[in-house]
Amino acid sequence: MYPASFEYFAPTTLDEALEILGRYDGEAKVLAGGQSLIPLMKLRFASPSALVDVNGVFELGTLTEEGGGLRIGALTRHKACERSELLRGRFGALGAAAPQISDPIVRNLGTVCGSLAHADPQGDWGSVMLAVGADVEARGPDGTRTIPIEDFFQGPFTTALEPADVITAVRVRDPGASAGGTYLKLERKIGDFATAGVAVHVSFANGTVGRAGIALTGVGATNVKATAAENVLAGAKLDDGTIKEAARLAAEAAEPRDDLRGTAEYKRNVVRVFTERGLRAVAEGRSHD
Amino acid sequence: MTEVITAREGAITRPITVRVNGTAHSAVVETRLLLAHFLRETLGLTGTHMGCDTTSCGACTVLLGGVPVKSCTVFAVQAEGHDVTTVEGLETADGLHPIQQAFHEEHGLQCGFCTPGMMLTATALLRENPNPTDEEIRWALSGNICRCTGYQNIVKAVHNAAAKLAGQWR
Ligand SMILES: Cc1cc2nc3c(=O)[nH]c(=O)nc-3n(C[C@H](O)[C@H](O)[C@H](O)COP(=O)(O)OP(=O)(O)OC[C@H]3O[C@@H](n4cnc5c(N)ncnc54)[C@H](O)[C@@H]3O)c2cc1C
Ligand code: FES
Ligand code: FES
Repeated sequence: MYPASFEYFAPTTLDEALEILGRYDGEAKVLAGGQSLIPLMKLRFASPSALVDVNGVFELGTLTEEGGGLRIGALTRHKACERSELLRGRFGALGAAAPQISDPIVRNLGTVCGSLAHADPQGDWGSVMLAVGADVEARGPDGTRTIPIEDFFQGPFTTALEPADVITAVRVRDPGASAGGTYLKLERKIGDFATAGVAVHVSFANGTVGRAGIALTGVGATNVKATAAENVLAGAKLDDGTIKEAARLAAEAAEPRDDLRGTAEYKRNVVRVFTERGLRAVAEGRSHD
Repeated sequence: MTEVITAREGAITRPITVRVNGTAHSAVVETRLLLAHFLRETLGLTGTHMGCDTTSCGACTVLLGGVPVKSCTVFAVQAEGHDVTTVEGLETADGLHPIQQAFHEEHGLQCGFCTPGMMLTATALLRENPNPTDEEIRWALSGNICRCTGYQNIVKAVHNAAAKLAGQWR
């Protein structure tokens, strides 16, 4: 399959990348790992006039700790996350998700930030970031801005980014000293998108839940933040009753549809079971680590 | 160094130089040319197979800067200045590469369509992890689909290659 023709630029600085994006006035697209964009171009679902390949922009850097949280630079590949020692324990939801994304070869190229920009409701990173808490850092013609992940996803494949914006990093917020989490995903085979997925994160405060994050993959028009489930957990002890109630509320928050991967009813049930399993894992200190 | 021009008239092109299996190739290519097509059609290296053309099967896997990538999902222009290894680059002056010899000995292929991709992914695995377990092999190869073998003999072949390579390094 052949994509439509496009101009190709490989800038080595962010300023240069922004200048080109500005010049094309919404007709150019950033090329990161290419693992979503190139398939779309081959199917001609996307035919940008120009591609701005940012793989040579060194400043888009890497994965580092920052003020108790994490800074995941725009060129951080899924594979780097899969291997990073940083994405364990308090950041267990991230570490658990990384190896479940696509397959090992796609993970060599695909990026976390590209995945967020792509905003596929079946993308796994969106749920993980909604659960743990994160801010997208973007540079555009008017400078740098920070978009809370809660405001980032606006619909299927639609985000708060402007056409000439480049995500420079996603910043994962400090989850506090005592925290844990995991990511559970049901997939038919390796390389498939989620039938349903659940990201679970808990920040503890004095032995009870301080803040909980639950977010769902593949069961809505965007990644779904299960706010009612989070609220019932906040301030509570992670006991059997609370876990069951949170799982019930998470399932209620899901808006699944029947498709080849399963019926809506089935997916909703998977969300309930996974939320329960995830919270139990965290309660028993079996976060991804 | 070979020079090739493959673009249609009026197409959007770019000159690139890519080192493929140790030899620099310069060409003027359409920006939309996929790396798989550059290798197969521009350079005539048809050992890189196109299976699904949808990033799913791994038959088109090559090493880009030593890292396995699906060449149906990378543009040739992205390989500018980089090293690419295809199955044709595995063989050495001494004959078959240990991974090739191992696939042969263990009957790690039937139709052979997935084999170039399997072998390239496996060489990258063995470089990082010279003595992988069954599970590590299966995990590393989980982006490469085989419709024939049932994978058993592929796993055996990777173990066999690991042993051969360990012997070589000793
Ligand atoms: C076979 C297959 C299976 C997959 N399975 C899964 C899966 O199970 N779960 C999952 O989450 N994902 C999956 N993916 C998608 C994969 O994770 C992609 O890597 C990811 O969605 C996009 O990241 P990328 O770096 O490849 O982005 P690209 O493809 O380069 O870009 C995607 C979009 O984001 C934009 N973009 C990229 N980077 C930036 C940036 N820094 N600033 C602004 N815009 C940017 C691009 O312009 C484009 O619109 C799969 C992909 C394939 C091919
Ligand atoms: S042909 Fe490239 S992954 Fe199948
Ligand atoms: S040997 Fe036929 S597909 Fe693997």
